[in-house]
Amino acid sequence: MSTEIRADERPPKEGESGSTGAQKPPGRLLFAAAVLLPPRFTPQRVRYDRRYRTLDKYRFIVGFLAIPLAFYGLFVISPFLQAIYYSFTDWSGGPVANFIGFDNYVKMWNDERFWDSTVTSVTLLVVAPVVTLVLGMFFAYMITAGGRHRKGQAVSGVAGSSLYKVVYFFPQVLSVAIIAVIWGRVFNTNSGLLNGSLDLVGIDGPAWLGGEYSWALIAMLTVLSWSFVGFYVVLFSAAMGSIPRDIYEAALLDGAGRSRTFFGVTLPLIWDTVRTGWIYMGIQALDSFAIVLVMMPKHVLKVTPVFLYERFQEGQYGYATSIGVVLLVLSVVFSLIIMRVGSRDRIEF
Amino acid sequence: MSTLKNTSRTGSSPQDAVPAGPKPARESATLNVFSHAFLVLWVVMAAGPLLWVVMTAFRTSGDILSDPMGFTTSLHWENFSHAWTEANIGLYVINSLTILAGSLTGTMLLGSMAAYVIARFTFPGNRFVFMLFAGGMMFPVILALVPLYAVMDNFGILETRHGLMIAYIAYSLPFTTFFLTSFFRTLPTGVQEAAMVDGASHTRTFFQIMLPMAKPGLVSIGIFNFLGQWNQYLLPLLLNNEDESKYVLPQGLAALAVNQGYRGDWGALFAGLTIAMLPVLVVYIVFQRQVQAGLTAGALK
Repeated sequence: MSTEIRADERPPKEGESGSTGAQKPPGRLLFAAAVLLPPRFTPQRVRYDRRYRTLDKYRFIVGFLAIPLAFYGLFVISPFLQAIYYSFTDWSGGPVANFIGFDNYVKMWNDERFWDSTVTSVTLLVVAPVVTLVLGMFFAYMITAGGRHRKGQAVSGVAGSSLYKVVYFFPQVLSVAIIAVIWGRVFNTNSGLLNGSLDLVGIDGPAWLGGEYSWALIAMLTVLSWSFVGFYVVLFSAAMGSIPRDIYEAALLDGAGRSRTFFGVTLPLIWDTVRTGWIYMGIQALDSFAIVLVMMPKHVLKVTPVFLYERFQEGQYGYATSIGVVLLVLSVVFSLIIMRVGSRDRIEF
Repeated sequence: MSTLKNTSRTGSSPQDAVPAGPKPARESATLNVFSHAFLVLWVVMAAGPLLWVVMTAFRTSGDILSDPMGFTTSLHWENFSHAWTEANIGLYVINSLTILAGSLTGTMLLGSMAAYVIARFTFPGNRFVFMLFAGGMMFPVILALVPLYAVMDNFGILETRHGLMIAYIAYSLPFTTFFLTSFFRTLPTGVQEAAMVDGASHTRTFFQIMLPMAKPGLVSIGIFNFLGQWNQYLLPLLLNNEDESKYVLPQGLAALAVNQGYRGDWGALFAGLTIAMLPVLVVYIVFQRQVQAGLTAGALK
């Protein structure tokens, strides 16, 4: 490292400045040149100047931020902003996009297919988080506090709790496309795992994805919850594990049973995590695109993102982006409602 | 970051299992049985379908259709070779790996560069840049879908490998930068100053001092991005959908699921699913703690 610095000890270039050397502050022109020069080729007088450090710092900052920001700005931020603009145009992919005001939204309002898909999406948005979070919380509580009482411990986890968490988390590491293909086979009417198992106990299983809307909706909810329960078990048991033991001991001394302890102690203390998880799950349910696209036969059930995608494939770009904007508004409204409903005083512990 | 600590704490709690005390309450004993029953039930629910896929991968297509629950009498390994060659799974695996090699390297490099600058330097607009990255995590990708397609088309990188890599990098950057910024903030400042005093340039300090120190954070977010990009379906569907020989693995399997309906080689489909599933599950089991910490931290952004 130090050799580099010594290598710079060569006389300043002629004509750049006077012969007074280091005493005289280097001129602006020299600084302009120093921006482009690597440190080892920058004259010592310039490098030892106070202003050079600032310049060096900003050069570094700009150099390091430029590419990430360019990628992010061009391919993430700008499409988001464009989407909002294009939702007010009749854009169909070409260079021409005429501003047509709210026509796309009016068209959507009168489009029955939009309402069909959105009713499904909103149902998923409302039901999936509740089912998933209740299951996740139940299993997390069983894991952290379902064990038998041991000497001197108010709560204890069941044996093998990390094994449970590992297995529950399996679906989270698989691609949604693969999950959709797997469950498409599981739900298959004649050769699926589900109807095969029902057959063993003598029940004739329904055609899950065969055409009836309600069975398809149940199938969707099953797949969504199945994918995310493990995630919430890990999330909630981490939150529950950070609750101090003495609070549980106090509850136990006061004679609270397990369910009382859960609703009186555990739930209020992890409420922040629950609320965040609720919003996250709602948005996941609203955005569930791949599962429907891959698993569902086209005529059975559609969700709003799939409806958007079909309009995009037809070349109705302006209309498709306006559907995207509606999805954004839905998720924002949902988040605000949950924040409102779920706000209570934060408990510090 | 707190989840990281918490997971390991709860994870280690059952280890200190003491044999049951002399007076285990009756209520607690029944509850124990009850809770184990439910927990085991969900193990069957979570792992059952996956296990069924692996077992079915060894059976012939005829057997699969006639009796979905049966066990195989002989292992039909040829399903796997069919899947690998005829159903192009091998090609899709190579495509996925190629894309991932570029996109993961790019994401980690660019993400850590941006995060380091945001975390360790004060400059006008620092806060704005940070909020820009943090804000990008909240928007649904589906909203950007259509304009993204047009932007990629304008740059002429639609249906190309590097185009897909760039898209992966761009959409992984917000969370990567956000996560690593908080990580770089936790590192001690003294080392960085010492390096500067010794005459190391900013660039050199970053690559030789700060990056090695940030290794735990880089591993967590690296695994997170590995899984996220390996499993990506929406972006390739949008940007890489024309040429079937360029498909990535999830895309190829989804297409295969449709095609096998016409061809009737179900054994190959199940073998393909197994090939796609097992490596990821093995990686997960090896790095379970980091994966769980990384993926749950993603929700609490």
